[in-house]
Amino acid sequence: MLDRQILEKIKAIVGDDNVATSTQDLICYGYDATQMEFLPDAVVHPGCSDEVASLVKLANQEGFPVFPRGAGSGFTGGALPKGGGIVLVTTRMNKVVRIDTDNLIAEVEPGVVTETFQIEVEKLGLFYPPDPASLKFSTLGGNVAECAGGPRAVKYGVTKDFVMGLEVVLPTGEIIRTGGETVKGVVGYDLTKLMCGSEGTLGIITSIILRLLPYPDAKKTMLAVFDSIDGAARAVSTIIKGKIIPTTLEFLDHATLVCVERRFKLGLPEEGRAVLLIEVDGDRDLIEKQAGQIRELIEPLGVVQFRVAQTAAESDELWRVRRLVSPSLRDVNPDKFNEDIVVPRSKVPDVIRKIEAIQNRYDIPIVNFGHAGDGNIHVNIMVDRSKEGQEEKAHLAIKEVFQAALDLGGTMSGEHGVGLSKQPFLPLELNTAQIAAMRAIKRALDPKNIMNPGKMLPLE
Amino acid sequence: MSTTQKQDAMKRIEAELKKCVKCGACRAHCPAFTAFQREPAVARGKVALAQHILKGNITLDNETYSAMSKCLLCGSCVDKCPNDVPTDEIVIAAREALAKQRGLTTFHKAVGQVIKNRKVMNMGAFAGAILGPLFFRKVPATSGLRARFPLPFVGAARHFPQIAKKPFMDRHPEIIHGEPGKPRVLFFVGCMTNFVYTEIGEAALALFRHLGCTVIIPKGQQCCGLPAMSGGDLDTVRQLAEENLKALEAHEADYIMTGCATCGGALHKLYPQVVGKRNPELAARLKAVADKTVDAAVLLQKLGLKPEETGAADPLKVTYHDPCHHRTAGIAKQPRALLKGTSGVELVEMEGADKCCGLGGTFNVYHYESSMKINAGKSAAIRATGADAVVTGCPGCIMQLSDGLKQAGDATKVLHTLQILARKIAKEK
Ligand SMILES: Cc1cc2nc3c(=O)[nH]c(=O)nc-3n(C[C@H](O)[C@H](O)[C@H](O)COP(=O)(O)OP(=O)(O)OC[C@H]3O[C@@H](n4cnc5c(N)ncnc54)[C@H](O)[C@@H]3O)c2cc1C
Ligand code: SF4
Ligand code: SF4
Repeated sequence: MLDRQILEKIKAIVGDDNVATSTQDLICYGYDATQMEFLPDAVVHPGCSDEVASLVKLANQEGFPVFPRGAGSGFTGGALPKGGGIVLVTTRMNKVVRIDTDNLIAEVEPGVVTETFQIEVEKLGLFYPPDPASLKFSTLGGNVAECAGGPRAVKYGVTKDFVMGLEVVLPTGEIIRTGGETVKGVVGYDLTKLMCGSEGTLGIITSIILRLLPYPDAKKTMLAVFDSIDGAARAVSTIIKGKIIPTTLEFLDHATLVCVERRFKLGLPEEGRAVLLIEVDGDRDLIEKQAGQIRELIEPLGVVQFRVAQTAAESDELWRVRRLVSPSLRDVNPDKFNEDIVVPRSKVPDVIRKIEAIQNRYDIPIVNFGHAGDGNIHVNIMVDRSKEGQEEKAHLAIKEVFQAALDLGGTMSGEHGVGLSKQPFLPLELNTAQIAAMRAIKRALDPKNIMNPGKMLPLE
Repeated sequence: MSTTQKQDAMKRIEAELKKCVKCGACRAHCPAFTAFQREPAVARGKVALAQHILKGNITLDNETYSAMSKCLLCGSCVDKCPNDVPTDEIVIAAREALAKQRGLTTFHKAVGQVIKNRKVMNMGAFAGAILGPLFFRKVPATSGLRARFPLPFVGAARHFPQIAKKPFMDRHPEIIHGEPGKPRVLFFVGCMTNFVYTEIGEAALALFRHLGCTVIIPKGQQCCGLPAMSGGDLDTVRQLAEENLKALEAHEADYIMTGCATCGGALHKLYPQVVGKRNPELAARLKAVADKTVDAAVLLQKLGLKPEETGAADPLKVTYHDPCHHRTAGIAKQPRALLKGTSGVELVEMEGADKCCGLGGTFNVYHYESSMKINAGKSAAIRATGADAVVTGCPGCIMQLSDGLKQAGDATKVLHTLQILARKIAKEK
């Protein structure tokens, strides 16, 4: 618990209006998209990096934890104040500071909502490709801290590939800048990359310099229905071997198709066992040509239907299949555990088969879809929490799913991070030496362990 | 009021609360969140608070009241929620529980008193109470209402619409006969049209008569009750719903027509959803009324109004604002199609046409500044189109849009779709 005196000091830094302590406020900053809940002692809304620095210094002096938070849309509990302390919310720091059209970079505050930023740059004919499905509400600070990715990652990469420099308030309260505004730069350790994906455990990001691209001329969306998951997976490697890198290669497995079809009756062919949603972008003539090539390349792999959108509206219609996945899952079971493993592209059918075996062994439905282009699969373990034993079963199944991914040379998270929910499984993927190296970094930067404590690294 | 009764309101929505997975998607669509930028104001926060009220972790105190008051009941979150969480219904239940625990606010007490009483309404005191502060200067000093309203509600810059000299319903007989064999249409007028924007009522009448319909304006009809619903005064809403049922059931008709998106929303959706659930004995009757209720523009299109026959010659560039109660009912294409077909009318789309104007029932009264903050985005979008007029299907929106534009020194006209459609026939008459 924070005593009165400390609260007064916090108020002196950010102003009375920007500190909340009523139970109602604490409740509203105690959840995220994991459905876990921990109440903080206070919620603080700083307005600039200096205020953030003062708060962190105070936290060091008084020994209370600080939990950075953007929109609270995280899937692993990264922003949850487990153990109490202050939740430090970035919503007031939400300015797009500048967009530099000469150097194709932009400087933003961490609380800017991703889509808001995209719209701003697109007005200038520019492009910020990272597109997590949460882009309409998640913040750029949260995206950097989780190194968020999306369907366009196949071609463009993820958030860290666009972060050139950062301003960070370190866990001791110093403000540093990492990286910069130049494409090249090799002086010292790459602290920018270290901060990307650090889940708020190594400091608070207070300013971000992002790289931009010219907005692509045009895009073309295609939908291919396959008679087997193997066909769909082979299509992915065939397209890439054919020297075409699509912007997007999303896949839906059979279980997913059944869900979507049952609820929304899209009229997909009955013999369909997997769907690939393919998008290419770039020069208008080039993408026409590529669409033709893609069709030729994959047709022999068991394609039972191939559709190409001619207009933006048709493209939207094709994307609908993908968008309807989430809303239709609840028909299977009311609660879901959403994991996001990654395997090498070519191993997608193998891992799906392993997951099918796990589903049968535990007798709980598992639905898979995701980013086939980079082997990132959203594994949805569907349960009914109100039924006894289901949650425990799900946890056992999740562990086996992780192990299956690791056995195939993959990883247990491509997008959502570790946070609280994957923390117990970390030793499956990282060995003692790796964990020790990470702990050494954490200890060096955060000697008092006040910055998002208890997250990511297993407890000692 | 016993604890059980307070809990009843919340218990009713317990199952709905479980649907929320706290994904945060509503942050992108909630105008209250846009204005306040704090989680207790967003749909997800209100759902979480409702869950904790049920668990007994928080009480129906000032903080809970404050959070629940920050909602325009616009339904944007409901439209966009991937899990179909009916946050508007949840907020109504919470406000009901709050009202039962704490009593109604002075303002909402007055609202209830006035909208339940036709005579008072006819005196014009209606406006003083419902739109309260908005009309404050128009309320006779003798009405006793003045003393009840704390002045801070009244912003000095606020623009006040005029109250009509004679209410719409007093100007017309109950039944206006049309051609035999043509549809019989019951006109649910609504307070704003009856007492303030009577020209909308005249336009509706002209248009349906032009089509040969028999128009019936049932005498016993009352306020739809939405201002009371927004304050959690469900007893008043039930009483009004029952009187409206009686009035509407008294005549044989093919349709119940309304020119007010809010009244339409009440009759079509909220009566069955909110009143019906609380009063199962009324449910079937409410459902029957809901099934017959149609928005005026939708009905005109359905009955084959040829807009090119109705439009006036003077050219007009307009932009269209979607009222929340239209958006949630899936009404968007029909009014646009009619406007586009009207000769001399050019329709240009504004950015965010389907975003809430910020009125939100009585939200505008308690959170005037935030309400105008939401509205500022709207005014800017309207101005960016360069239109001569902004057109919409809700008198409430008309009031709010006018206030925003006038304060910004903007001369853009604010009109109802029916007014545009009726320009020529109204002249010919
Ligand atoms: C419906 C839905 C779809 C999603 N889709 C995707 C997807 O496609 N791809 C993907 O990668 N993720 C996805 N996510 C997960 C989530 O949206 C991302 O992790 C996002 O980047 C989190 O941003 P946020 O602003 O909500 O951060 P929060 O949830 O508030 O915080 C996330 C983590 O970042 C830290 N943090 C936040 N701001 C800062 C800061 N300024 N400095 C330091 N640390 C900070 C927090 O401490 C926490 O550890 C999805 C989530 C939902 C609910
Ligand atoms: S109300 Fe709907 S959109 Fe909002 S957090 Fe809950 S589930 Fe998500
Ligand atoms: S009804 Fe409107 S204001 Fe209320 S929570 Fe939903 S989106 Fe927000």
